[in-house]
Amino acid sequence: MHTFDLSMEHITKIEGDASIAVKVENDKVTDVKFQTVEYKRFFTEAMKGKALMAIPAHLARICGTCSNAHIMAAIEACEDALDITPSEQTDVLRALTMHGLTVRDHALHLYLFSLPDVYGKDAFLDLDENIPEEHQILHDGFEIKAAGNFLATLVAGRSVHAQYPTIGGFLHFPDKAGIDEAVAKLAAVRPAALRLIKIFQDQPFHFDRKMHFQALIPDGNFGYIKGSIRTSRGEVFPEKEYRNLLEHVVLPYSQASAYQYKGESYFVGSLARLNIAKDKLHPKTKESIPDTLALFPSTDVFHNNLAQAVEILHSIDEAIELLTTRTFVHEPLIKKPARDAVGIGVVEAPRGTLYHKIVLSADGTIKEGEVIVPTGQNQINIEQDVGKLVENLIAGGMEKEKMPMEMEKLIRAYDPCMSCAAHFLKVKWA
Amino acid sequence: MEPNNKKIAIGWFSFSCCEDSTIVFTELMNDHWQEWKHIFDFRHVKVLKTHNIMDAFDIAFIEGAIASPEHVEKLKHIRSISKKLVAIGACAVTGGPSAQRNNFNDEQKANIAFLVERFGALPEVLKVSDVVTVDASVPGCPMNTDIFLKAVTALIAEFRPDLATPPVSN
Repeated sequence: MHTFDLSMEHITKIEGDASIAVKVENDKVTDVKFQTVEYKRFFTEAMKGKALMAIPAHLARICGTCSNAHIMAAIEACEDALDITPSEQTDVLRALTMHGLTVRDHALHLYLFSLPDVYGKDAFLDLDENIPEEHQILHDGFEIKAAGNFLATLVAGRSVHAQYPTIGGFLHFPDKAGIDEAVAKLAAVRPAALRLIKIFQDQPFHFDRKMHFQALIPDGNFGYIKGSIRTSRGEVFPEKEYRNLLEHVVLPYSQASAYQYKGESYFVGSLARLNIAKDKLHPKTKESIPDTLALFPSTDVFHNNLAQAVEILHSIDEAIELLTTRTFVHEPLIKKPARDAVGIGVVEAPRGTLYHKIVLSADGTIKEGEVIVPTGQNQINIEQDVGKLVENLIAGGMEKEKMPMEMEKLIRAYDPCMSCAAHFLKVKWA
Repeated sequence: MEPNNKKIAIGWFSFSCCEDSTIVFTELMNDHWQEWKHIFDFRHVKVLKTHNIMDAFDIAFIEGAIASPEHVEKLKHIRSISKKLVAIGACAVTGGPSAQRNNFNDEQKANIAFLVERFGALPEVLKVSDVVTVDASVPGCPMNTDIFLKAVTALIAEFRPDLATPPVSN
């Protein structure tokens, strides 16, 4: 019988800094703590008294990699408070911003963070350029990232902390030359996206668990900004009710606060979106990968990686269609006066459902706000799964020293973002 | 400096920040990875690898502001084992936005006081040059890529003049 403590202070190849600690007594896991080791930067406190116009750029600084998703959620919350309905062109440009984000962020996670595990390497750059397969993957990885980065830069100004999207519309519009170049770059990496899907379909890691899912699902095509909240139980809720769905819980075995729905944990992210809405993917995506899509719905946590690879392909196909069938003209911003109102914004960030709420005063300043990030919602699942994994590994006879690597692989499949999470993790008051 | 063929040992460290410059660094790699792979020994870059080594660096890149006594000690240690230290991004160079709590009003300070205390954070968030000597700074939120690439080119020329190329911009 084994009794030991296992802790890792700095989990590598994830967004931000996290630690995990597991206690084992007589082969049973008695405690798991997954938490950020980052210091709070107090963004919601700092919102108070700020001008409404400053809020999207302010909240973007919660997280570097998710910044454009925070900007979209914040703009949506601000426009909700002002009663602004964006133009149809603005909706398209925002959708393109999210496609650029999804391509570059998923590619970062899949190639630089997760793929080294599949190939038994320490780092993506350790792949061998002299082996044709690995040479191809190295080039694929950086080229897909570059295509997503180019799309985000063209439409939103930057792939991190974008400057063009703002309350009421956009400050800049893509030109013909840029659009043509973006289409060429996206089309050029489509075969690489298909190769990536095959890698994550064939990879050897699996961790199956019964779980519930939630995601914001559009009425039309698969996307990341508009729609209703759908759950794997078959329920549908409007965006404004999202906060009511979340039961805030303080975990008895953790310092973190987390969220449940109907007394049970749930999963947000690519796997949730695909499980609930794979039928809404772009027709070209569906036509290219029927065998892959037959694997969904799935309860294998490692299929979150595969779902991300599928979303890269979808975002490429959808972005190419939008860029080649639309023309973009200069549009003035829609402006409305401030009022006393509450605004809600919900988007699907690459890692899952992201919620922003602002309380606006008639003088145009913010009274208070709230931000709920995807990693906070996946917290309970992550801790439960790491506990179960360690018990499985003990039962399989693995020595303690080899377990951290397995724990990291599983945590990486969740694609947690600790820069965002540093925002939500709170001290338990005992 | 004696001529050598060793790769330039670099460390990339993130303190209190949103890690936007880390993301921009990984995006710059899209264009520069083949060149950097041959020039740099990525000795401690947590976003890229699991087996990181903390022994000695030619260049340490420091992202983020300094928010706790542990941060101060870690930063001083990195400085002591690094030939050059580069502050990366607004939080490292100026402290903010991570240092925004320094400018909170009394009510806001009262609201967060229990969290600052409970986490053992510093009373005020510091910029990197408040704690150690900084050899070069790359401002911007996220970091300005042109300034970063110029700084990197200059440092390559210093450590490995045989590999130096004319300044590039992205």
